[in-house]
Amino acid sequence: MEPAPHRGFSFGRIFAIASNTLTDLVRQKVFLFLLLFALVVIGSSVFMARLSFQQEFQILKDVSLGAMSIFTSVLAILATARLIPRDIEDRTVYTILAKPVPRFEYLLGKLLGVLVLLGISVVVMSALFFAVLYLREQTILGEAARQFSAAPREQLDDALNQIRASGLKIDIVAGVAVIFLKACLLAALTLFVSTFATTQIFTVFVMVFVYFIGHLQAAAREYWLEQQSTGWVGKTFLALVALTFPDLQTFNIVDEIVAGVVIPLALFAKTALLGIFYVVVYTLAATFVFYGKEV
Amino acid sequence: MSRVVLAIAALLAFGVLKLPAERALSLQQRQLQIADVMNLDLREKLGQLGFIAALSGFRAAVADFLFIQAHVAWERTEWGRVLFWFRQVTTLQPRVPLFWDMAAWHMAWNASAAALNDSSQPRMALRVKAQREYFAIGKDFLERGIKNNPDEPQLYESLALLYREKLNDHEHASECYAKAAPLSGAHSYDRRFSAYELSYCEGREREAYERLRALYDAGEQERVPTLIKRLKFLEDKLGIPPEQRISENAL
Repeated sequence: MEPAPHRGFSFGRIFAIASNTLTDLVRQKVFLFLLLFALVVIGSSVFMARLSFQQEFQILKDVSLGAMSIFTSVLAILATARLIPRDIEDRTVYTILAKPVPRFEYLLGKLLGVLVLLGISVVVMSALFFAVLYLREQTILGEAARQFSAAPREQLDDALNQIRASGLKIDIVAGVAVIFLKACLLAALTLFVSTFATTQIFTVFVMVFVYFIGHLQAAAREYWLEQQSTGWVGKTFLALVALTFPDLQTFNIVDEIVAGVVIPLALFAKTALLGIFYVVVYTLAATFVFYGKEV
Repeated sequence: MSRVVLAIAALLAFGVLKLPAERALSLQQRQLQIADVMNLDLREKLGQLGFIAALSGFRAAVADFLFIQAHVAWERTEWGRVLFWFRQVTTLQPRVPLFWDMAAWHMAWNASAAALNDSSQPRMALRVKAQREYFAIGKDFLERGIKNNPDEPQLYESLALLYREKLNDHEHASECYAKAAPLSGAHSYDRRFSAYELSYCEGREREAYERLRALYDAGEQERVPTLIKRLKFLEDKLGIPPEQRISENAL
């Protein structure tokens, strides 16, 4: 029987590497941070019970989504930063690349593993957050129904509508999706940095720097384009920041969604498209550098 | 190493390509007042660390933290601090009506009452002056809140209440209730309250009567005791012919 011909590109191989990456990350107990998230959500919910329901819901949403954003970003950076150094350290990379596995498949598989991990984390955190918010909303609705049981129907409806307006809204899902996209972008960028970084610490350090500069990129871009800076040194610096770093501020729309701002579908689609575009570009750059890396 | 340099050069080239799209998206977001926290005013108020934190995706969390600080200051009746924290909170989260409303309530209702009852100030005239200053601060919070959230009925309702209860300005109270009434999420009583307030305005009784009568005719659900009372008062005041008046047994 003749062996199956080797294909230049195989989804099967990518999925196999992704699956192994995911299993490896799960074994490293990265999901422990979910416990921390649960503590933040449930803890803030209990602590805020002394405030009015509008204040409680507002803070619960802000704290939960803020925690979700920071946890996914940190997870994306830490989980990705260790992929290549660890494979080199325990020599797994040699075993894989000695086989007819193209390097871009190896990188794609690794990235896909991290993205699945981020996806699972976001789903679990969202489920927990929605459950806590829903339970609190139902409790407060029940209390209001009891308090207004003797009041006219109009007053009861007003009170219940006020509570529902402050509670769980489906729009939040769009905010969660953007949080996930931001984490994917950070994972792809971390992968790119880790292809030329000498140590894991260096990658993490660079990414923390990128994270903060990325949030200020929009300011640098506007200063540069509106010619507000003086001197060529300043202008060059601002141009480099604007051109090299991603605009992470664009992905911070969740605060406005919580505040009740309706994000148009077109704006959401453009933000998502920009995020996907960044992921593709950084993955291509990582592949390009990784092909030249001596392993 | 040359590959790294080439990759960074490619990213720079990509940067040139992405720039127009990124800027257009940013401008579009700014039109919705999203992510527009890069103003110098905010930096001055928050300090560098808070500003960086706000820009790093923790804006809402920073605002909540400051809100809790304001809440603690309120529990300690430290009104200067309450104002200080709320100014920061509303600068950070201008699209959250709750913060504007709470800030205004603390200033116009709590701080103003504390100022009037301030035993450390022996002169009543100065107490009243301080009270009025707090009314003005509360009003300013609500007006700026409305400017940032023009579709939010809660802020118009709070401003109407402030005009009615604290400033004794029924005309403006009526206007605010009228503005709130057609907005999504408004209370069902806003239309009625607007007419009630108008009925207290000298010279606008006829208009108030017509609006109250229209509400009365709209159906049973609008015929609440206050509406009927105000309507009867205006019927007497305007000398409405008996055949056009509402039933004596309406109440």
